Amino acid sequence: MRIIFKTDYMQDIRPWKDGYQLSLYLILLAVMIAAPWWLDMFYLGELTNVLVWAIAGLGLMILTGHTGQASLGHAAFLAIGCYANVILLEAGVPFLLAFPLAGILTGVIGATIAIPALRLHGIYLAIFTLALSILMDDIIVLAEPITGGVAGKFISGVDIFGLTIDRWGTPTYFYWLVLVVTVLVTLGYINLLRAPLGRSFIAVRDSEVSAQAMGVDIARTKTISFGISCAVTGWAGALMGLYAGAFNNETFSVVISIQLLMMIVIGGLGSIHGAFFGAIVIGFLPQFLSISKEYVGALFGGDTVAIPGLEFGVFGMILIAFILFEPMGIYGRWLKIRTFFELFPFYRKDMFKRQKSYLKTERLR
Amino acid sequence: MSLLELENVTLKFGGLTAVDRLSFSVEEGEVFAIVGPNGAGKSTVFNLISRFYDPYEGSIRFDGHDLLKVKPSGVAAYGVARTFQNIELFEHATVLQNLLVGRHRHRKSNLVSELFFTPSVKRQELENREKVEEIIDFLDLQAYRDKMIAGLPYGVRKVVEVARALATDPKLLLLDEPASGLSVEETTDMRWWIDDIRRQMGITVLMVEHDMGLVSGVSDRVLAMADGAKLALGTPAEVQSHPAVIEAYLGKAS
Repeated sequence: MRIIFKTDYMQDIRPWKDGYQLSLYLILLAVMIAAPWWLDMFYLGELTNVLVWAIAGLGLMILTGHTGQASLGHAAFLAIGCYANVILLEAGVPFLLAFPLAGILTGVIGATIAIPALRLHGIYLAIFTLALSILMDDIIVLAEPITGGVAGKFISGVDIFGLTIDRWGTPTYFYWLVLVVTVLVTLGYINLLRAPLGRSFIAVRDSEVSAQAMGVDIARTKTISFGISCAVTGWAGALMGLYAGAFNNETFSVVISIQLLMMIVIGGLGSIHGAFFGAIVIGFLPQFLSISKEYVGALFGGDTVAIPGLEFGVFGMILIAFILFEPMGIYGRWLKIRTFFELFPFYRKDMFKRQKSYLKTERLR
Repeated sequence: MSLLELENVTLKFGGLTAVDRLSFSVEEGEVFAIVGPNGAGKSTVFNLISRFYDPYEGSIRFDGHDLLKVKPSGVAAYGVARTFQNIELFEHATVLQNLLVGRHRHRKSNLVSELFFTPSVKRQELENREKVEEIIDFLDLQAYRDKMIAGLPYGVRKVVEVARALATDPKLLLLDEPASGLSVEETTDMRWWIDDIRRQMGITVLMVEHDMGLVSGVSDRVLAMADGAKLALGTPAEVQSHPAVIEAYLGKAS
């Protein structure tokens, strides 16, 4: 076990524990930057997809994982970000301006929607946001003059300082663009978590009464959390639009919302790592299934029979398995494995067992 | 002028009068205890001061401010901190993070500066850390600094809650049953800490407590309540021997 001898408050404030950890992350970053050289184009596209999902996951993680507000409507914010970005681009706004604006706009809309939603808790908030996700479909159809309605919209490439970034034409550049956004969002997230605002999110999640007694304005904190979460989701949506190239009212369906929520639950609620682990599962599972289906098909001579709903069935099973056996998600499992080796042979089976929680003060709602 | 003044405060839940025209005042620098049988309305008084409930009538003034005019989250800004009867810590955060939330009322940074973690945010964080470390030293919590609350024993959680309240740098500390569920040794520790909080830190303490040993050991004045109303107010000895108090606890001799 590495025991870190702390001699300075900065050691707790810095995002990394020590030089060893920092170097691991720098190596990871270097490997990611170099991906176009060690991955073929198909898998580079898939990796880009995973990163876009990870950004969306980070967005939802802020709200659900750290502020404790379940949202089943984040596909709506993906849609807002996506449409805002494309509409701004079509209006002639350069990408470097349109992209940030799309996210900020989504954030403002999200924060505005949050104000009536603030009075709702738990399942009721989930229902409210679910309704939002369903409504967004109709809103896009109704707002046809702006959104293109059922016919949808198309976007080919964007220009940054004369450099054309196109999902199909220049996938390498597109990958790097997504990687830069991912890194920036992650750094912002880390900064937030080590500052008072991030701690007040956690406070609201774990106990609203005592957060209030500590001077945290619950309504304000939730609104800000909604705003940041939606802004990040909006950026993911904008990138998703660029990735897909074409989209209409059905692209950002309720299913996407549910997938997003599943993703962060599988990855591990309340951790930045969780969003990435979840994105890897959600992003690669369809590929894994289609490849294994071909393999199994070849083995039994059934060839490639389309099995309706296979993907969702498997997703559902994975989700149920996680909730039953590993509520802390992949990240939680990783922590356990790491602790096992760090403490070997002293790891105890119930080390991560949830303590029976004591009676909570009657909620003053 | 008293630090905290409650005047004719009444709170009704439907037909039930939880607090009945209660008036008392807490002087600066004293330890003031509220005792009474279960359901007497002691915790309700705390929740009124914390502004979780709106009183039906009456006024609550703290340090010259009308507390009834502020939001529940604004009470801390005046320097009122509290603990809860059933421990309301942030379970999935470390002890350190819990105490740092206590520093929230001193936050000067805003969203943008925090997103970029500017040097001023860093300085603020270091200041917060220094304050928090003082409290960790004061309450002997060093061993638990980086531990998750979810894995801590009950006795330690009680102390962490007091520490978190102290981290806000309060003028008035409200302790809701600080010794409930503690062992004899832990209660003794708590007694010395409350004494030190008053003497070394100069913080006024208002507490609800059932342990009469603790109450008579540390408090200057005691308020006895029953059915939401004041029974007796005075030194611990006076209150303990007050006939109305004995009657409330033990019933009338037939």
